[in-house]
Amino acid sequence: MTVPAARRVAVVGAGPAGLSAAHAALAAGARVTLIDAAEEPGGQYHRTVPETYGPQRPVRLQHGWRAFERRRRRVLAHPRCTWLPRTSVWALEQPQPEHEGPPRLHLLCAGPADGAGRTRHTLDVDALVLAVGAHDRVLPFPGWQLPGVCTAGAAQALAKGERVAVGERVVVAGSGPFLLPVAASLLDVGSRVLEVLEANTAATTARGWGRRPWELAAQAGKAVELAGHAAVLARHRVPYRTGRAVVEARGDGRVEEVVTARLRADWSVLDGTRRTLAVDTVCVSHGFSPQLELPLAAGCALDERPAPRCGPAGDGGADDARKSGRSGSLGAFVRVDEQQRTSVPWVFAAGEITGIAGAPSARAEGAVAGWSAATGGSTPRDPGRRRALRALRRSRDQGRAFAERLARAHPIGAAWPGWLRPQTVVCRCEETDYGSLCAAFATEAGSASRVAKLNTRAGLGPCQGRICGPTVAELRRRFLGDAPERPAEGLPRADPHRRPIAQPVRLGELAAPSAPLTDPGRRPEEESSS
Amino acid sequence: MSPRLVPAQRDATGRRDRPLRVTVDGVPADGIAGQTLAGLMLASGRTSWRRAPSGAPRGLFCGIGVCFDCLVTVNGEPDVRACRRRAVDGDEVTTHSRAGHGDADGPGRTAREER
Repeated sequence: MTVPAARRVAVVGAGPAGLSAAHAALAAGARVTLIDAAEEPGGQYHRTVPETYGPQRPVRLQHGWRAFERRRRRVLAHPRCTWLPRTSVWALEQPQPEHEGPPRLHLLCAGPADGAGRTRHTLDVDALVLAVGAHDRVLPFPGWQLPGVCTAGAAQALAKGERVAVGERVVVAGSGPFLLPVAASLLDVGSRVLEVLEANTAATTARGWGRRPWELAAQAGKAVELAGHAAVLARHRVPYRTGRAVVEARGDGRVEEVVTARLRADWSVLDGTRRTLAVDTVCVSHGFSPQLELPLAAGCALDERPAPRCGPAGDGGADDARKSGRSGSLGAFVRVDEQQRTSVPWVFAAGEITGIAGAPSARAEGAVAGWSAATGGSTPRDPGRRRALRALRRSRDQGRAFAERLARAHPIGAAWPGWLRPQTVVCRCEETDYGSLCAAFATEAGSASRVAKLNTRAGLGPCQGRICGPTVAELRRRFLGDAPERPAEGLPRADPHRRPIAQPVRLGELAAPSAPLTDPGRRPEEESSS
Repeated sequence: MSPRLVPAQRDATGRRDRPLRVTVDGVPADGIAGQTLAGLMLASGRTSWRRAPSGAPRGLFCGIGVCFDCLVTVNGEPDVRACRRRAVDGDEVTTHSRAGHGDADGPGRTAREER
């Protein structure tokens, strides 16, 4: 009797979601290829110093490190797993109509970051799990392009990953619980954190988190983790202020001082509350943007999720809600169903690209996605497996509820463009300023986002709109209302995340022949036995 | 003061440094094996290494390879994200400028060409 061949699953991204997906898919009998741009699995969350640092005690600070380490070892040592570190997926190619299955992956393998001479490969699989994560969303403010202004994620990556302190006198500002671990990482490497500023008012945050507290039970681990960071801040006497933001950075050639101000619930500045503070570094994060180039290249449908308004009527929030007017958009996420299936057959998504919910939720989503990818979503026959899968789905659903509360507690206030001046840079690459963008939107032709993009060059620089794209889209919406854009004939809908080439590839690498990676996860000794 | 590397003797990770040296626009800069070029340049006292089209200085921004603000040329290879490339002993790093090229496509002529 012939045993049906194991399904071949590719998992892109080896952070909490991807590693968990690989683990589940292996447990379900699949052959797995796990792909990540970094040298080691872990993603941004489980980042640690490189092996070359020769660390004796590398993991002191990491939350949930042991469970991660166990999973990492199991996955990488598994005979059916192929681990491709330092590998970028630079394109996804749609299958021919007669072929069933996910897109073909185009890879650049095993080379130094952005180095020439990486080898190009293609990979065909039966199912694809996308778990590529998110990066900091930073709203523009005057002076945000100065050296010394960086994302909160950059500060954390340097502290955790390289033991480099980005500065001596640092302000951490923006919105969301992520500001706490970032401040704790900075303190750990010896920076002086002058203050941590949460732009949302205490009332907004309390209302967002406070509703339906039972939904938080499953996220108790997250609460313990955050409480730990808060205790570190308290020990170092770092003030945590709500309803205050960095609204300007100033300096000659680099940041030398910041202007902070108190904000209303809608993030408009309260007059007379501006303060300047001498700093050498500002670390900012107003939330996260999912990395959508690969989901879009695969053809996955997105959900636009509008941010909830600040507070419902009747509990003191009505005034805020009225003042805030149109709510700020949270942006787009990959649409998934109960089984983590996207709208494209055999393409699954897990983690922050389906909604910002943190590592515990990403792990649960990853496990469900890995199982679905390996089995086609069939219900397991083994009762133990069935129970385990039910528990995972429950945990995933609680994670989604957590994500909703997170969004409600830390929304982006609708009035933030009030911080901008006409000459404030919005697109960092092309230095397109706010005034030019408004002028472009104001002309009739400019109301099509493609035309505005070509006129102002916003989003056409090296980052290809990764940083300014969501901001420009939001400013456009504010300027022109929610009227849908006129579609351009023969072109896909304009989308700030659409990038046919998902990662930079050198012409020399393109010109070199590409070899298919066949039968992922299969070791030579297995070939004869199947 | 500027960014710096936690001294090994005070680092709780108990690391054992292997020193290396690169040059940035011909000037030697010291670091340790495992550092990214961005980490090395920051810790050796540079806060910016690239110029935007207007000539304004830029430094590290996103730190994880998304913003492309930290591009440098390494051993003649242009457009390398300094935050993602690990430093190798002897690397010759050349800083970038997009200034003075009007609508020039793509990032980076090297600063040297500017002068």
